Amino acid sequence: MAVMTYREALNAALREEMERDPDVFLMGEEVAEYDGAYKVSKGLLAKFGPKRVVDSPISELGFAGLCVGASMAGLRPVVEFMTFNFAFLAIDQVINSAAKMLYMSDGQFPMPIVFRGPTGAALQLSAQHSVACETYYLHSPGVKVVTPATPADAKGLLKASIRDNDPVAFMEGELLYNFKGEVPEDEDLVIPLGVADLKREGSDVSIVTHGKMVHVAMQAAAKLEKEGVEADVLDLRSLRPLDVDAILASVRKTNRAVYVEEGWSFLGVGAQVVATIQEEAFDDLDAPVLRVTQADVPMPYAKNLEIMAKPSADRVVEACNRVLYRGAR
Amino acid sequence: MAHTKPRKKAGEAADVFGRYGVSPELALELLREMLLYRRFEEKAEEAYAIGKIGGFCHLHIGQEGAAAGSIKPLREDDYVVTAYREHTQALAKGVKPGPVMAELYGRAGGSSGGKGGSMHIFDRGVRFMGGHGIVGGQVPLATGIAWKIKYREEDGVVVCFMGDAAVNQGAFHEALNMAAIWELPAIYVVENNQYGMGTAFRRVSLVDMVEKASPYGIPASVVNGQDVLATYAHFRDLAEAVRGGGGPRFVDVQTYRFRGHSMSDPVSGTYRPKDEVDRMTHQQDPIVLLRDRLFEGGHLDQAGLEAIDAEAREAAQEAADFADRSPPPGPEALYSNVWAELNPHGRLNFDGRGESPWR
Repeated sequence: MAVMTYREALNAALREEMERDPDVFLMGEEVAEYDGAYKVSKGLLAKFGPKRVVDSPISELGFAGLCVGASMAGLRPVVEFMTFNFAFLAIDQVINSAAKMLYMSDGQFPMPIVFRGPTGAALQLSAQHSVACETYYLHSPGVKVVTPATPADAKGLLKASIRDNDPVAFMEGELLYNFKGEVPEDEDLVIPLGVADLKREGSDVSIVTHGKMVHVAMQAAAKLEKEGVEADVLDLRSLRPLDVDAILASVRKTNRAVYVEEGWSFLGVGAQVVATIQEEAFDDLDAPVLRVTQADVPMPYAKNLEIMAKPSADRVVEACNRVLYRGAR
Repeated sequence: MAHTKPRKKAGEAADVFGRYGVSPELALELLREMLLYRRFEEKAEEAYAIGKIGGFCHLHIGQEGAAAGSIKPLREDDYVVTAYREHTQALAKGVKPGPVMAELYGRAGGSSGGKGGSMHIFDRGVRFMGGHGIVGGQVPLATGIAWKIKYREEDGVVVCFMGDAAVNQGAFHEALNMAAIWELPAIYVVENNQYGMGTAFRRVSLVDMVEKASPYGIPASVVNGQDVLATYAHFRDLAEAVRGGGGPRFVDVQTYRFRGHSMSDPVSGTYRPKDEVDRMTHQQDPIVLLRDRLFEGGHLDQAGLEAIDAEAREAAQEAADFADRSPPPGPEALYSNVWAELNPHGRLNFDGRGESPWR
């Protein structure tokens, strides 16, 4: 095992996949000469040259669409969005072109393409830079959505996403880039999409989550442990494909579940997970499934308000206590 | 096509072929193509009227010269990407009439298995890259296909068609800027029929069409799309210039739509007067203009024309027969090709119907 940051893990995955397949190239704002806005692409220009590591103009719709066209024609582009918040400008090409091309051509055009970048809030970036964008992509069949929480998952899932023959929205987190963790020193660490990871085992309550919120869930589980409550923390890792079997297995064990997500609640990821649990494990539930999400407001700037708006470990503990019918301690 | 124009002198007509470097034989071939497009679209019009074709159906009648003149000079390994008025462009690039008509009918034998419809004709085998329904959305796609050609160090070109309304979309401007800075082998073609649905181009742009690419330093030109010989010669030269690494080009192909925006729209009305449509239909029909030149040069007579037209009508009828014979897509087609790849364990389908192979 090597200890590396999430950023370094992504960088290693990109480097390995570009070495492995000459059709893989990276395009986005500041990815080449600047070494990446978040330094994820550091050193790649020097190694692969300007043909494969390409600084784009600030034209999200244009360069996303260009890469979709390149994918149609047989290349395997990796598109970096400086944040998925800027990708709202490009979503026409993701949904109307990339996600539908295979279907409306009846199989003639597989679309191997990865759209990657941070999603969700960092610190005090305010309303237009803090949206957790998963749901926008999940709503549409034809796009896979991957949300790694740790360096090992970041590396293994990015490699799998680049090799996947469907469009993948690969969602990272600005606050995750410096997060350190052990990464297996496997020459070819590929983590299949659609396999959740039980990050912590417990038998009293299931905390199901994805992405950055895995760490909030782990903090909550540590607090609950002090109260004598053992929580499962299930990291979905990819949202479509969704490891429903793992969700149901955890719920069948604990009979109680809380979904934690960074985004808004209305039709959020948790809404789908709750629907699936009640459809397929209703009789296993001892309590309604609760969700902990961002407050239903645009992200405020003021530090105190931002803290209030975000899901927190305390809110997760509170939700777990409610599904356990435990009074406030 | 019953009317005739005042005849020019035979000598002038003969010069036309020489001037454009298009032999009379090739001109006859272009006439054959355009007549096929016309008869095909008329057959589609007929089929739409009796409910065999549903949804939106945008006919190309009047614009045949723009399709034949721009696509016929291309090589087989060149690419065409376009918008949703694309039936005849598909035929020009080599998609067979039967599968195009079957696609309009929503049948299994359609070029997209009946799942795309009139606006989404695709044929990877002949490098016809669709059939895209969002105005301007195909322009970045074409730029990406041109990117692939340069990336793989090939020598093909991409011809990207769009209507005149597309040039006001951001996608157009972003894509042309990138094609210019990276010197990509793309020809951006505005099939300028002067109306974006019911909005005249002059109402939505203060500058002329040919100026639209000038901010990006892309050489631009104008050609009369009703003159198929001029259009052919223009694209033959452009394709070679671009193929040699000359970077992108922008062309304003001036043409006119003889029908409504789609089958459900009026031919004329508040947005364009009937006498304008009548004048263009009677004086600027690309098929009639070429016919007259061939007549005048002595390369075609009435009997020859009738024989060519009979072939075109037969081909259109065969396409309709093919579509009629083709069954609707089977129920399994509902879920096929949503995804290219199944992943272990994970579920991709959430409709709860239990019929999907995608879990």
